[in-house]
Formats: sequence, C-alpha cells, structure tokens
Amino acid sequence: MRIPVSRASTASCFIALTAVVCASFPSAGCGSKRAPAIATTIQVKGSDTMVNIAQAWAEEYKKVEPGVEVEVSGGGSGVGIAALEKGTIDIADASRNMKPDEIAQAKRNTGKEPKEFIVGYDALAVYVNKDNPLDEVTLDQLASVFAEGGTVARWSQLGVTIPGVSDNTIVRVSRQSSSGTYEFFREHVLNKRDFKLGSRDMNGSKEVVELVGNTKTAIGYSGMGYATPSVKMLRLARKAGEPAIAPTVEHALNKSYPLARSLQVYTLGEPEGAVKKYVEWMLSETGQKILQESGYVPIPHQN
Amino acid sequence: MTAHLPPPTHTPDRRPSRGALAVFGERVLENVIRLSGVSAIFFVLAIFFFVFREAAPVLVSDSFSLKEFLFSVAWYPTSDINVRYGILGLIVGTACVSGLAVLIAVPFSLGSAIFIAEFCGPRLREGLKVVIELLAAIPSVVWGFIGLTVMSRLIVAVTGAPVGVNVLNGGIILALMCVPIITSIAEDALKAVPDSYREAALALGATRWQTVHRVLVPAARTGLLAAVLLGVGRAVGETMAVLMATGHAVHIPSSVLDSVRTLTANIAAELGEASVNSEHYRVLFLTGVLLFLITFVINLTADLVVRGVRRER
Amino acid sequence: MAREPAVPVESAGKFRETAAGRGHRRTEALVRGVFMTMAAAMVLPLLLLVAYLIVKAAPVLSLEFLLDVPRRGMRAGGIWPALVGTVYLVLGALVVSAPIGVMAAIYLKEYARDNAFHRAVNMAVINLAGVPSIVHALFGLGAFVYAARFGYSIVSASLTLAIMTMPVIITSTREALNAVPHAFREACWNVGATRWQTIRGVVLPNSISGILTGVILEVSRTAGETAPIMFTGAVFFKAVQRGDLLPYGLNDQAMALSMHLYTLSTQVPDVPEALPYATAVVLLGTVLTMNALSIALRFWLRSRKRW
Repeated sequence: MRIPVSRASTASCFIALTAVVCASFPSAGCGSKRAPAIATTIQVKGSDTMVNIAQAWAEEYKKVEPGVEVEVSGGGSGVGIAALEKGTIDIADASRNMKPDEIAQAKRNTGKEPKEFIVGYDALAVYVNKDNPLDEVTLDQLASVFAEGGTVARWSQLGVTIPGVSDNTIVRVSRQSSSGTYEFFREHVLNKRDFKLGSRDMNGSKEVVELVGNTKTAIGYSGMGYATPSVKMLRLARKAGEPAIAPTVEHALNKSYPLARSLQVYTLGEPEGAVKKYVEWMLSETGQKILQESGYVPIPHQN
Repeated sequence: MTAHLPPPTHTPDRRPSRGALAVFGERVLENVIRLSGVSAIFFVLAIFFFVFREAAPVLVSDSFSLKEFLFSVAWYPTSDINVRYGILGLIVGTACVSGLAVLIAVPFSLGSAIFIAEFCGPRLREGLKVVIELLAAIPSVVWGFIGLTVMSRLIVAVTGAPVGVNVLNGGIILALMCVPIITSIAEDALKAVPDSYREAALALGATRWQTVHRVLVPAARTGLLAAVLLGVGRAVGETMAVLMATGHAVHIPSSVLDSVRTLTANIAAELGEASVNSEHYRVLFLTGVLLFLITFVINLTADLVVRGVRRER
Repeated sequence: MAREPAVPVESAGKFRETAAGRGHRRTEALVRGVFMTMAAAMVLPLLLLVAYLIVKAAPVLSLEFLLDVPRRGMRAGGIWPALVGTVYLVLGALVVSAPIGVMAAIYLKEYARDNAFHRAVNMAVINLAGVPSIVHALFGLGAFVYAARFGYSIVSASLTLAIMTMPVIITSTREALNAVPHAFREACWNVGATRWQTIRGVVLPNSISGILTGVILEVSRTAGETAPIMFTGAVFFKAVQRGDLLPYGLNDQAMALSMHLYTLSTQVPDVPEALPYATAVVLLGTVLTMNALSIALRFWLRSRKRW
C-alpha cells in the first residue's frame, strides 16, 4: 500500500503555517505597530456627535506625531464613558457631562477621578424636512411631541399642514439611549421625562438628518454640523412669547440658543505624556480650526 | 494452494514493534483529537455559561421583575426618573420581522426546491445550486446596507410609506437571507425520498406534478418542516441586517410599514453604552440568554424532527 | 430522474390521449412554469443586486481605492486599513479554528461510537452554528475581553470569530471524510495499521482537498461577520500608512471591511454615495470569489476522483 502524500510535503505545510504565525507574534505584547522609537496607542471612544471631529483629529495628528497611533470609535457618549469607567480607554468623547454616579464608578474601578476638558461647543438643532412650512417652535411644544404622555401626535395639532401628504402623523426621529445627544435633549427639553415609545431611534447623528430629509412628516434632533440641503433647522424659543433663536455659531457661543451645549473629553486623572500632548493639541489653534471646519463652534480665544 | 512452509519454530518473545516514542506520540495525538472532538459541546456550554453568568445577578435582584421584563412594552433602561425593562415590544418586533420573512421565503424556497429536485435537468440543477450557495454567502452587513439604501427607496416609491426602514424592509431582506438555507435542506429532504416511491407513482400513471404533491411532499414533510424551522432560526438570530433595515422603534407596530426594533438589534445598539455590571448591562445579557434559548429550542426541534424521520425509515 | 417521454398523440392507435390526459399535461406545464418562476425569483435578485452595487460603486472602484487610506474624515480615499484588518482577523480565526475543527471532525467521524454522548456532540455542533451572532459577541465580550483580560483587541475578535465559524470547518471536513470509501480504511486495518496511521496515511491525504474547500468557506464567512467584532476588537478609525502590510499588533484594535461598511453607511455624514457602495462591492466581491473558488474546487475534485 503506497501512501499517496509524502511526509515531506505535510511537514513543509506545517512549517509554512508556523512561520506565518510566528511572523505576526513579535508585534504582540508591544501593544502597537513596529513604528520607530516609542510607539504609543491612544484609544478614543464615545460620542457619535464628536466621532467625525475625533477622526479628523486622529488623521491630522498622525502627521504631527507619526509615532502616536490614535484609535477612534463611536457608539455614543454613554459607550465612551462606560469604557472610561472600566479603564479600557484613554480619552472619552462626550456630548454631555458625566453624571456623579459615573464619576464615582470610575473612581471605584480605577482609583482616578475623571478630568474634563471642554474642546468645543455645539448647538443641538431641531430638524424638519425642507418642505415643512414650520419655522419656529417652543421647547414646550417639542416636549409635548416627544415626551411620554405628550399629547401632540399629528402636525395639525401644531397648526401645520404639510403639502402633498395624506397622513399627517408626526414621524419622530430620535437617537438611541447610548447617545449624549439623546440625554441632553431629554434633560433640557423633556425635563428628564422619558421619551414616548415608538420614535425611530437612529444609530448616528447623520442618520437622523438623512431620515428627516427623506420624510416630509418627520421631525428630529441632531448636531447643527450635520445639516444637509434637504432639511431645515427650526428656530427655538424657550417659552411661548419669547423670541425664537436660530442655531448658529454666535448664538451657541453666547448661549442665547436654548440648546447650546459643550463638547468635552474626559481623561482618567490628569493626563500625562502622549495623551497630554494630544489633548493640548486638540485645544490648540490647529485642533480648533479642524473643529470649526467640521461645523462646530471653537472655544473662544483667551487673549 | 499450500506453500511449503518450514514448520513453525518457537517464536521469540520479542515481536517487532514500533518505537515507544511513536506509540506514545500517537496516544497523545489521539487524546488531543478526542479533546477537540468534544470541544463543540464545551463551546456551546461555555457560551451559555458566560452569557448567563453576566445576566444572573439581575434575576435575583429586588428591583427587577421577570414578569415586567417579558410582558411590558416600556423599555427605558437609562431613564432618569423611572427605569423600566420591558422587552415585549422587542419580542413582537422580532416575531413580526421573522414571521414576515418566513412567510415570504417558504413558498419561494419550497417551489425552488421542488423545481430543482424534480423538474429541471442536471445542468440547470448544478447552476441553481451554485446560485443558492452564492446567495447564502452574502454577508449580513451587505444585506443591511442594501435594505438601508436600495430597499428603503423602493418601498417608499412603491407604497408611499413615510419611512422606508420598517417591518416590510426587514422582512424582505431576511426572506432573501433565509431562502438559501430553506431551499437546500428542503431539496435534500425531497431527494431523500426513495426512488421506489416515484417509480410506484409512475407505474400508476401519475404525472410528475401529481407525484410531487400527492406522494413526495407528504413523504418528505418532516424534512420540509425541519428546513422551515432552520430558516426561522436563522431569521430570529440575524443581527446586522435588521439593525440597519428595520428603523429602531420600540413599540408594537401598527402595520407592516411601521418601524420596529428586534431583540438582536437592541442588544447590538445598546451594549456598548451599558457600563459593565450595571443593571442595564445585565438585562442586555439576559436578552442574550433569551435569544440563545429560543434558537436552541428551534434547532433542537429541527434535529429531533429529522431524527424522527431517519428512525422511521 | 429522467425526463418523462412525451406521449405521442397518435401512436399506432394503441394509446389515445383523453381529455383528462390533456388536462394533466396542461397542469404539468403550468406547475413547471410556476416553480421555474420561483427559482428565477431567487436568481434574479442576486444578479440585479450585484449589478446595481457595481454600477453605483463604479466612480470610485480602482486599485488606488484598495491601497489608499481613508482621507478627509473617511469621505474620500480608500479602504486599505480595513482590508488589512480583515485579513488579520480572518487569519487569526483560521489559525485557531482550522486545527481544532479538523481534529473535531476526525474524532466525530473516525473515533466516535454512536451513543447518546456523541449524538449530543453532534447536536452541539448544529447548535453552535445556529447561535445568533450577537450572542457570540456577548460571549466574546464576557469571556475574552473581560474574563481572559485580552481587552479590545484583534486577539479577542479573532477568538470570537474562530468559535463562531468552527461549525463550517467541522461540517465540510466531515463531508470530506465521509467521501473516502470505507473500504480504504478496512484495507488499512487489515494490514495492521492503527487508526491514526490509517487516518494520517490514507484518509487525510484523500480528503485534504475537501478540507481545503471547507477552509475557504470558513474564510469567506469570517470576512463578512460584523456583530462579533464590533464589540471585541473592531474600531471606527485607525491611522495607518498607505500600503503598510503589517500595521497592527495583536493587542491593537483593527479596522475591518464589514465594520467599515457599517460605519460609512450609518455614522459618517456627507459621504459621497459611491464610497459605501464601493466598500460593499469589495466585501461582496471577496466573499463571492472565495465561495466560487471553493465550488470550483469541489467540481474539480469530483472529476478527479479515482474511485
């Protein structure tokens, strides 16, 4: 009986496989690529509102410091804060502030207290389709649309008729609960009441705007940097009778716009080394210019 | 034919044997193989163990009610004022999308399976089987992308619905994903019917269609049932496609054109934000346990059904 | 089953077609047409979808697209880091699941007796294949990221993928082993070979191509998975040099094609339409090519069989 396949070829197969495996092992344990000098990785996670600036920063920073790798992921402010509490990332992006129990949890898990850095400002805009005749709305009206127990379900109740649609049920577009945008809206518009069930809870800021742009009867909220030509942003009034303010850069800075918010990053304790340089770079003129180009409001210059 | 052999002499005690190292090495290797063999059971148990371990504490906690979990629609895990964990809306969402998917897929799959098994020539059969395999290979994220872009525009254009991501969208995409698995297993079931049945029918003068619907389908019905069950299992367990195509609304849908959220999409959407070991985190893992149990039961049923068939023969 | 011979209407006067017979033939033709339409309804979507995707992706598809890194906030440029990341993840999963999967199949086919325990093992393989991908993600999170402390890394993601796709290798290897005629094994045993010697010397060499088919299939499945890696090691963005072949260490997170498609279509604003379509085409193209390869391999094997 002849053995068809020689032992030599099987052996050589194994050797080849082992060689491939061994070739990838040297980089294990170093923690990053085989870059020149000390290679470090900075892990950034969190706000979906900020993920695009974070990514733009990471891309630009590679040119500034080639030895530093910045890994960016989104998922929502909640995701970043949860990871920071666990100590698995270096910087958490958040479009809302950390809650006291989250800070306490971080301290319990890692022994360090999270440090906040405000890296920019944003206006949370309320979007409607460009064919919607509505131009301004009060916070109370928004609450009656979005909040649990709110009574407004049709556009006719707001006195609005949208041309060309037969069914004027309001299509509410919201964000998923991991989003800092969601939490900010809930706190400042709904006064901590819960959202009404049945809103379409989108994954990301851009999806909200896209959906509103494609749906005549939709209303949604997202960062003002995500506007597209098929939507328009409503002017907001704090109460009926007060003037309605549009979401613009200056209104966000002088806080006249009711839903102006700060964008912040959190580190565990005082940042050191590469992370410190990165945060400083984000706050520098180059970093802020990138922020502005992405459609957000830079920190006012301290002269 | 007897050869002239010398008479057997006294055989020495030592027989030529393989080296001790070779024998030892072989034993070791066989034990490694045995270990790998049972690894599948080990992995399934490990999956259940690790998922259940993260979920378990919430089952015994005071603030959590299993009844509210299973029967309430209100899902507010991050509420500031009133935390509620009700997954009924999600269960209904999963049921609607999977149900619609199976409803659409079963006629097409069974029809195709019958066509492939009984009505077409060998060349066409090979071609169709290749197509089915390729259809099965499409990654779920690509399907989700198609649902998000192509299908939603199609649905809005055809039905005039306000939003294109809804139960119908998810149902159609899932149906396209289930069709390959149902078709291939159904075709196997039809082929497994012994030829004697067909020959007997032919001898009685039956046309092929009569053979199919009076003899073959009833004979293969348990295998066809198993095929449908496995398709259901696939639909229920799908994550990425429904995450992108169903619209994420937590409520009981009012129509096929309404958005829903499924159990799988809910976990995927909220897992990242739940801080580890928080109640929200554990409830999400509990949802995972529920999903595991549902698909386990479906697979077990399908397997028992098929085993029953085999024992009958 | 052979084609039914057409009944000649006039055949020596012995058989005359009745009205019932004509009715049956009409029903038969109708039914055949219906079923053929149903089968076509499966084929057409596949072809239309692939065509549509390619057409939409055409403006951006090029070699440059594959080699370049994402630029301008991922709104331009290419998908190189995602491509490399997927290769890393797939190889990592393969290195773990191929040996274990092949050995498991060898055990189940060659060593296991048909008793309740082994039926349970078979059930476990089927169940492993049926577990939802998000539950695999939960498992990967609980077991590898936290319990084993690998953290969010390629290691965690590869291990999760390995367990997820192992049933594919087990099933194809089992089929390949089944295809080797039992007579071969009996011949070996008759000349006194041990079970392992039989396997190594005769069974494996004759089924190696079938095993290879299974490996290719597994690679294609692993490349397409998103949910398991989303929570264990895939990342939104990582700056990488263009054309860099070894940009990731095993403890790093990686970009991946499937994850990249997901983020491009749901999280990056103002993306030119062609980009996510092009990513989808690359992913789909890779997966379908590998599947076609494995199908072709199977065909070639069948023609080469000497028994």
